[in-house]
Amino acid sequence: MDVKNRKRELVKEFLPLLEKTTKTSKIWIGILIATILVGFYAFIIQVIKGHEVTGMRDNVVWGIYIINFIFFVCLSYSGAFISGILHFFKTPWKNSVARIVEIITVLSLIIGPIFILLCIGRLDRLHYLFLYPRIQSPITWDIIAIMTDLVGCFIYLYLTFIPDFAILRDNSKKASKWRQKTYKFLAIGYQDTDSQRAKLHKITRTMSAMVIALAIVAYSVLAWIFSLTLQPGWNSSIFAPYFIVAGLYSGVAVIIIAMYLIRKYYHLEHYIRKVHFMAAGAILLIISLLYGYFTFSEYFSRWFSHKVHDTNLLNTLFTRYFWMFIFANYIGVLVPIVILFFKKLRTIKSITIVAIISIIGLWFNRYLIIVPTLETPYLPIQDTRPEFIHYTATWVEWVLSFTGVATFILLFILIMKLVPIIPMSGIIDNERLYKRKLKPTTKN
Amino acid sequence: MQNKENNKKEGTNRRKFLKLGLMSSVTALAGTSLVSNLSENAEEPKSSDEKIRLLTPDGKMVEVDAAHVNKYPEAHISSDESRKGIPNRKFVMVIDLARCKNARKCVEGCQKAHKLDYNEEFMKVQLIQDNPEASPYWLPKPCFHCDEPPCVTVCPTGATFKRTDGIVLVDNDRCIGCKFCITSCPYSARQFNWGHKDKFDDKSQPYSPETSVPAAEGTVMKCDFCPDMLRQGKLPHCASSCPMGVIYFGDKNEDIVTNGEETVRFSELIKDRGGYRHLEHLGTKPNVYYLPAVNRQFPLERGFNVDEDIIERYKDVPFVQDLKKQGKI
Repeated sequence: MDVKNRKRELVKEFLPLLEKTTKTSKIWIGILIATILVGFYAFIIQVIKGHEVTGMRDNVVWGIYIINFIFFVCLSYSGAFISGILHFFKTPWKNSVARIVEIITVLSLIIGPIFILLCIGRLDRLHYLFLYPRIQSPITWDIIAIMTDLVGCFIYLYLTFIPDFAILRDNSKKASKWRQKTYKFLAIGYQDTDSQRAKLHKITRTMSAMVIALAIVAYSVLAWIFSLTLQPGWNSSIFAPYFIVAGLYSGVAVIIIAMYLIRKYYHLEHYIRKVHFMAAGAILLIISLLYGYFTFSEYFSRWFSHKVHDTNLLNTLFTRYFWMFIFANYIGVLVPIVILFFKKLRTIKSITIVAIISIIGLWFNRYLIIVPTLETPYLPIQDTRPEFIHYTATWVEWVLSFTGVATFILLFILIMKLVPIIPMSGIIDNERLYKRKLKPTTKN
Repeated sequence: MQNKENNKKEGTNRRKFLKLGLMSSVTALAGTSLVSNLSENAEEPKSSDEKIRLLTPDGKMVEVDAAHVNKYPEAHISSDESRKGIPNRKFVMVIDLARCKNARKCVEGCQKAHKLDYNEEFMKVQLIQDNPEASPYWLPKPCFHCDEPPCVTVCPTGATFKRTDGIVLVDNDRCIGCKFCITSCPYSARQFNWGHKDKFDDKSQPYSPETSVPAAEGTVMKCDFCPDMLRQGKLPHCASSCPMGVIYFGDKNEDIVTNGEETVRFSELIKDRGGYRHLEHLGTKPNVYYLPAVNRQFPLERGFNVDEDIIERYKDVPFVQDLKKQGKI
């Protein structure tokens, strides 16, 4: 009975978050939809006029679409990685952030591949990938890896949603009819009996381990797309672990930003506490050290051994891309390390600012991996057309990039309208655990 | 000197031999495509009284209706056929850097044959200066048709493929335009069709990977070694249009290459003239060899007798910068 009452209380607490839409969030949703519409327009232009409307040309054939692709997919993998670890090791304070991480994981894995589609010259022939597959190609590996990961993450996300759907189904008699029906459908008859709960926990735990493995495999394959080629800036044996660390770096940063925004706009200070930010800050510190170390090793060995083509690449990086390089690989790494290192500097706000810096730094780091490499091929580019020598993204590419971000945020908001961002079932589980721990002491 | 004369004599004999060899292969292939054409056109029974005797690839004489004969050069090589390669051949190209003066006839000949625009070049002529002290040289650069082609390995749909005769082709009916092959080619040999062009709609010539015409939007294209010419026993367009005889082309199996004027043993040419392959250390095993630019026939400056626009391409080469400082160009 106690649990039932508690469930009712929780639903009472969280239902307004699901059902009511404030004015500010309405405005935000409006802006996001407008951005997406502009993006749709840009996409139609690209389809009609061809890839001519982008800044990509024969030398730099991959531009910010690919960078966004790596960025979002790495967000997803790191999300899977982190939430897998949270679940698998039964971290005590995981409950408040677990769902944020899981939603980020799935959403970014949906957005990421859309960017690779934008990069493909003949979308009408996409099915050829399955009609005439060649298993030797790293792209085929990547397709298999991403699809497996997507399915895995979807199942995992859904598993964590089921108990909350059940709670909402049982306690939302006042809610609108479509809501009741959706919850009933999605809860698939889960009644929260002891045996059901045990089973669900077991499956979720297994899935959490599998999701970690999937993330490592899939992200390594993504790194191999680059490192298996002969290009001077890409052909590197540390790319796979480097990408995984970089992915975690941006992943933790995005989680921090999401935590900050959700805490602020949904007034969830009670659930998302300072301790969460401190813990995330500590993790970000460790990863930023690792990430800085990998970045340093990568460029240091190129600089020290100074093969001609590596030197050419470094020259480009330190002339044309000087400020971007400084921002991405100095400011984007050192500032987070310094701020996170000193306990006095660690506040919720400073950690969030650090997260923003590291995300922007990481995006530029990806840019510097992709574009300058393609601008300095083995045989010098001898061309008079400026757009063939250097890459500059066009408005179409920028608009579509922002559309990706907007879609991500919009879908996030919509999912938050369906299920509470703090897992109610998790709160109940925690309280149950707490009581069990208390009981022996009261008996004595 | 005597050696050279000997070489030449042997050369002419070799040429005849090569011609013969290439011609016989053409007849054989003509046979195949004739037969396949026959089966394709079975539904059009426009028979004439005239009969023609033909030799099939397996050496049998057959008699066919004259109306069904598709005269060879126009015979269409389908995408499936073009994946097979010309039997018993291993094509190889040798480019003599000592003779190149950037006349750009190879580029123009290639562009005309493949219906390319001014800036679309399957064959590029680059000005390379290996270090500031080194003497610069003109480097005509086609696709190297590597034996370990990175582009073929990475293609997710098999749109680009390696044939038994060594040629690497692109089937633009199969290409999805992912551009992975472009990024994986260390020689920047590939181009992409970024936008739509009217010439893509010109279907008067049916598409074949062997001609790369018509090109298609959103797909990759590159130098194809002109297999359509090879099937007729002719040289690729770049080799035949070069006035200096820079480009030798031939068959490694027969160990002969020709530039249209002289025919020489491939192995001897490479041995005597110090032939090498570009960026050998990458392990791609190109089928295009270069003869170093020693004992040049023309001063390098002759190559600047081209459009302003083209000269501008070479502005980053130290030698060109020196020339500019001296006010020579």
